[in-house]
Order: sequence, then structure tokens, then C-alpha cells
Amino acid sequence: MLGSGLLQGLGVTAKNLVGSFHDPKRLTTVEYPEQKTKLPEAYRNFPFLVSESAEDPMGTLRCVACQICEKECPPQCIFIEKSKDKKPDATGKMQIYPAVFLIDSSVCMNCQICVEVCPFDAIKMDHEYEIATTERFNALLLDREALAKPNSYFHEIRPEEAAEVDGRLAAERKAAEEKAKAAALAKASAAAKPAAPPSAVPPKAEPPKPSASA
Amino acid sequence: MTPSPLVPTGGATVRAVNDEFHGDLLEVSMGPHHPSTHGVFRMVVTLDGERITKLKPVLGYLHRNHEKIGESTSYLGSMPYTDRLDYLNAMTNNWAYALAVERLGGLSVPERAEYLRVILAELSRLQNHVCLAGFLLQDTGASGTPLMYAFREREKILDLFEALSGSRMMCNFQRFGGCRTDASPAWLAQVAALVGGFGRFLDEFEELITGNEILMARTQGVGVLKGPAAVAAGITGPMLRAAGVGYDIRKVDGYGLYPRFTFRVPIGAHGDTYDRYMIRILEMRESIGILEQALRDIPAGPIMDPKAKLRGFRPKPGESYGRIEGPKGEIGFYLISDGSANPYRYRVRPPSFVNLTVLEDLCLGHTIADSVVILGSIDIVLGEVDR
Amino acid sequence: METPDQICSRILSRLPGAEVSVLQNPGPAAQHSLLVGRQSVLEVAEFLRDDPELRLDYCSNVTGVDWPEKIIVDVSKVSTPDPAGGAPKVTEVKTERVQPGYLEVVYHLYSVSLRHGPVILRTRTAGRDALAAVPSLTPVWRSAEFQEREIFDLFGVVFENHPDLRRILMWDGFKDHPMRRDYVEPEDYEWEPTPHGDLVEKAKKARAQAGGTPG
Repeated sequence: MLGSGLLQGLGVTAKNLVGSFHDPKRLTTVEYPEQKTKLPEAYRNFPFLVSESAEDPMGTLRCVACQICEKECPPQCIFIEKSKDKKPDATGKMQIYPAVFLIDSSVCMNCQICVEVCPFDAIKMDHEYEIATTERFNALLLDREALAKPNSYFHEIRPEEAAEVDGRLAAERKAAEEKAKAAALAKASAAAKPAAPPSAVPPKAEPPKPSASA
Repeated sequence: MTPSPLVPTGGATVRAVNDEFHGDLLEVSMGPHHPSTHGVFRMVVTLDGERITKLKPVLGYLHRNHEKIGESTSYLGSMPYTDRLDYLNAMTNNWAYALAVERLGGLSVPERAEYLRVILAELSRLQNHVCLAGFLLQDTGASGTPLMYAFREREKILDLFEALSGSRMMCNFQRFGGCRTDASPAWLAQVAALVGGFGRFLDEFEELITGNEILMARTQGVGVLKGPAAVAAGITGPMLRAAGVGYDIRKVDGYGLYPRFTFRVPIGAHGDTYDRYMIRILEMRESIGILEQALRDIPAGPIMDPKAKLRGFRPKPGESYGRIEGPKGEIGFYLISDGSANPYRYRVRPPSFVNLTVLEDLCLGHTIADSVVILGSIDIVLGEVDR
Repeated sequence: METPDQICSRILSRLPGAEVSVLQNPGPAAQHSLLVGRQSVLEVAEFLRDDPELRLDYCSNVTGVDWPEKIIVDVSKVSTPDPAGGAPKVTEVKTERVQPGYLEVVYHLYSVSLRHGPVILRTRTAGRDALAAVPSLTPVWRSAEFQEREIFDLFGVVFENHPDLRRILMWDGFKDHPMRRDYVEPEDYEWEPTPHGDLVEKAKKARAQAGGTPG
């Protein structure tokens, strides 16, 4: 019968229309911006720099300005200048830090390659997506003050990954401390040896432990 | 007939071309800013009344010289750019590129990663075809409803992509020698739930559309493409199979783990627009079967080749061509390495660009409204056509 | 399917005048190709398409490759006998020769009817400027039509007997061929504060003007 296909189709839409009043699962839209859907943990949008503390973000950046991300970034949107001096990093080692760290977010394409290549877990992808600005150039060129976010924020948006990163960093820090202690002891014993008279009892310093290199 | 050179004016160009035989012919410029052209694509159409006597596609509005960018970026750095070729199917673009690089560098892929690739490629095929069915119906004049039904389902698949790769469309998920992140059991369960419900959705969609008289009148017998002409013109994908040629690279090349899966290749009998629509519906049903098998059989294990390096990948000098059956047809990557960190030559073989070759043949003799439907059934994405 | 060597010898037995050789691919992919001289490429292409054992009816991918002029340094050792009767003196002589540049067109051929492939066909132009011409294979495989237009557009290879050789991706008034290795980008970009290369200075100036921290 001519028109039966049309009627059948109208039946489907009518079923869906009526059904959406009865079953909330059939309503597939949300009223943005009043309502927001929950983002999956893996969601990524522009990168941010992880700092250890929220009080002193510039002093506790994990970034050591190794410039790997700058080299690997496909659209070349990262610009880093190394510092002249050094300060202790997340594992307690003396490291240089980024004096300038710029990301041009008008060029960045959220590909996550900077995060993957970073050996220090210093740059991570953000969950922020409402980032429109009215100013085209300078507001989109983000400097390290704008990019830095504390580790607590990282825990908030990606609890699983942050916990894994923290565990790894803690292990590295412990290993580094033990290594430093062992090295200090070895140094002390080495310094003690020539000072001791040849007939005296050898110093009771422990032999240096085999360091668990990270 | 002496047409003067057409001057692009930015908007629609309409002017008369004098022809003693037919009286006045009209030359109409459709696009680039026209919703029916699926992006910034222009057709310069010569009309005799309402019938098309000549059609010239004009491309390049989205040209960014993707291949040149690929030659000045490292192998890894090109991976996120491949997302932006056919931006509906980032997963299959990633796979094709990874396949070419793996052949170039002699890398192998662990079994679990191969299964993940199959799952993601088939999900990608589902969302591309469902999207195309919606767009095609929009082109025939069914405003809104079928497209929204299609997008509702597509959104569920994109949510899965987002949960796995972090991004709905720009997935950047495959790596040379494996995948970037592993899928959790919860994610696989979500896929299984989606796959379980997809057949029901297709039934509903077909009930809404397939038997519709208006759709049949608008698409049956419109834009007929015969098999030999399609093969000569290099047409691939659902369009070739709708023309009655059973050529599916998943079967022919058997790349990945496709030889392990049982599935059928649907073939059209008429080669018209309706066949092209139906082939996509049938392919989705086959994809559901592949997904069920993959979810049943996926093993545990590593997802990366231990030999593969993320940074500093420098393959030996040589070249390779890798191709897969993308949702739009054969997507291939041709790479030449000179031993440095960047490819010497990086070439994309875009399916929808080559499929456009026959656009004029399909449209000749039809009305201008049909040309919109025919273009819709070719399934082009301008990010890939123009590169 | 036959190996490229077998195909090559069969072409030579069928078309004795054809210039065909096999170009080895040293990489792990081991996809070797047939290098065909441009005088005989059309008849070789027709042979490959029509031969009942090959039936390469589907030309999948057509692309260009630019090989610019290269200076190759040959090192040869010359030993001159010592007049005093000692060991002969060995000196290294370096000779430079210029390998002329050329453009290469690569066709990836498959068979839909026999389901095999790829056979890779390559042909080279005599030079990169006025001599950059090869016969078009669009009369053999129609799928080459748009892709050859693209190569003409981006590499500047002129395809003789192409039905509709116009620019396809760049606009009609465009002069250069952007995929060539020696292409220089024009200085007509809109200014963006991407802090790289020459743009660092501009970015610094802009930051200073905006009163922010100097970048």
C-alpha cells in the first residue's frame, strides 16, 4: 500500500516521543550549561604543568626544562627557556627549572604527545574545556603561571593515574635518598680512612649499599 | 557554446551559457558554502532546465598540504595529524598509518592490540555508516529526525572512544607496534552492551526509513554506477560493493586479525544510491558480528611491541605501502624513509578523493536535487579530500 | 602472484624494446617496484592491465616523489708506487659528480578480479623543470585522473595526454609547486604569537606591550 512506509516511520517517531516522557533513559540530551555530563578520566584537553604544592606553584614545578616536549610537539606550540640556576625537584635532586614555559593554546591540538614523552610526569592533560576568551592573541598564549596546577587538582581529575604517578615518584624519591645516604657514608668512610693510623682498628663504617638505581 | 571563464565570486555564480541546440544553459556554482556539499566543496554544474549536462568538482578549500606537514614532522608527530584527515574515522586513519609504519620498520603487533584495533575499527565503521545514513536522509529532505536518531547512536560510540583515548573524534590512539592505552574490562563490558543494543537500533532505524516511499523514489535508479566502471575509476569501499564488486580489503589483504573472523561482504545488485544506502546498513550488521567475536575472543596480554620505541624512531631506508578497508574505502599510506627521523615522502591515499572521480558520470542526466543525494551517497569528508 | 623479477622478464619477452628494470626496496617491507622508462610506460601499463595472469585492473595509489639534484662524492683509492722502492703510497681521491634531479611518479596497482597486488610501477621525468613530463596513465586507469592532477598541481609533473590537466588543490593563479623539496613558503602569514624561531622576538614584544611577563 502506498504510504505504509510513511505511516510506519511516523509510528516509530511517535513511539519515541511518548516513550521519552515515561522513560528518562530515552532522553539522551542534557541541558548544557546548567547540566553537565561527567567526563571520563581519560578525557583530555589542553595540557597543564603539575606542581607539588598549591601554595608555591612556581617553586615546586615538576618540570626540569629538558625540552623533550618542545621537540616532540607536532604543531610546535611549546616554548621553553631553561633557568640559569638550579633548585631541588620532586625527587630531591638539584635540577634546572623552566624560566619560561609557554604554550600557545591557539596552536595546540590536544594530542597528548607531550604527556607521553615527558619522563618526569610534569605535564598532564587537563579536563578544562570552557576556555573561550575574548582576546585573540595574548589570552591564548599561556605562560607557566597560567599553566601550573597543583598535584591535588591532578588527583581530583584523574585519581587513578595520579595515584600511580605518586607511587612511582615516591619510590624514585626513596631510592634517590638511599643512594644519597649511601654515597654520603661512602664519602665519609673514604675520608676517614687515610686519617686513621695504620695500626688502628679499621673504621666501623658500613660498606656502601648497592644503590637501587631508579 | 562559448562559456567564458567562471569567476569565483564567493557566493553562488549563476550565468547563462548560450547553446543553439538547447537554448539557454545555466551554469550554477553550488558551494563551497552550502550545507548539502558536506563541507567546503564546490560543484560547477551546467544545467539544461533542471537536468545536469556537465559537472565539475572544485576542491582544495580545506587544503593545508597535509603531506608536506608529514614530511617535516617525525613519524610519531604525524599520528595526531592523521586524525584530522577523515575526522569521522580517526581510529581507522590511525590504524592505516600505523600499519604502513610497522611495515616500514618491521615491527610486530601483540595479539591483544590487534583485537583492540579490530574492535575500534568496527566501532568506527558503525558510527561512520550510521552518520552517513543520517546525512543521506538529510540530503533527501528528511530534515532532522533520522539524522538525530543516527547521531544518538553515534554519540554512544564516541563516548566509548572518549573513555578510552581521551577524545571523541581526534583519538590519536594507535602507536607503531601497538596501542597507546589498554582497555579496562569495564570498557569492554560497555562495548558489549552497546553492541548488544545496536541491532535493535538498526531495526528501529530501518523501520523508520528503509521502506519509506519518499526515500525509494528519491534514490532508486539515481546515480547508477556499474561494476567495471567503478573498478576502472578506482572506487573502493561500500560504493564499489554497491556496484556489485565483492572487493573488501579485510578479506583480500587479511591485514590485522581479520582472517580469524567470520563475516560476509554484502554486494549490491543495481549500483544506485539506494543500494549504496543499503550496503551500509548491511555492513553495520556484519560489523556487529565481528565485534561480538572480537569481544568474545580478546586475550589478555601486552599491547605494545617491546621493540617499539616511542621517541627517536628511525626506520631503515626503504618504502612501504599500507592500506586498510576504512569505512569510506581504501585508506592507504605510502612512506619512503631515508633513515632519518622524518619520512622522506609521506603520502595519503584518500578514499573519498578518488571516489569523487565518478561524480560527474553519476550526476549526468539527473536533476540538480539528485546531485545532492548522489554526493551524499559517495560519502566524502573534505578533511580527507583536500588534505 | 609473480615476483617483480618474473613480471619484468615477461614484460621484456613481450615488449622487447621496453626499458624495464626492478628497483629493490631495501627495507623490511620488501615491496620491490618496476622502474619503467617514460617512453614505454604506456605500453607496459596496458600490458599489466590486460595480461590474463596479472589483470591489474585497479590502480589504487598514484603519487609523486621529488628527488632533487644531488652531489655524490665518490672516494677511490689510488696507489702510487714509491720511486725509492718502498711500499706504494695510497692516497684517497675524492671526485664529485652531480646526479641530476628528477621527479618520480609511483603507481600502486592491484587486481580486483584476481585479488592480488600490489605491483608498484615507477617512472621518472628527465628533469625537474622544463623536462618534467611523463605520459599520463589516465587512459589506462581512470582512477589516476584526479591523482595525476594532484601531482601536476603539487609537484609540477606534466602528464601528456591527460584529459583535464588543471590544478586541483591549489587555486588557479598559484605559481609554485608546494610538494617539491625546495619549495619556499611565502611570507604572507597572518601574524600569530607562536613563540618559535623568528617569532620569538615578535612574541616577546607583544608580551611586553600587553604588560605581561616577558616571554
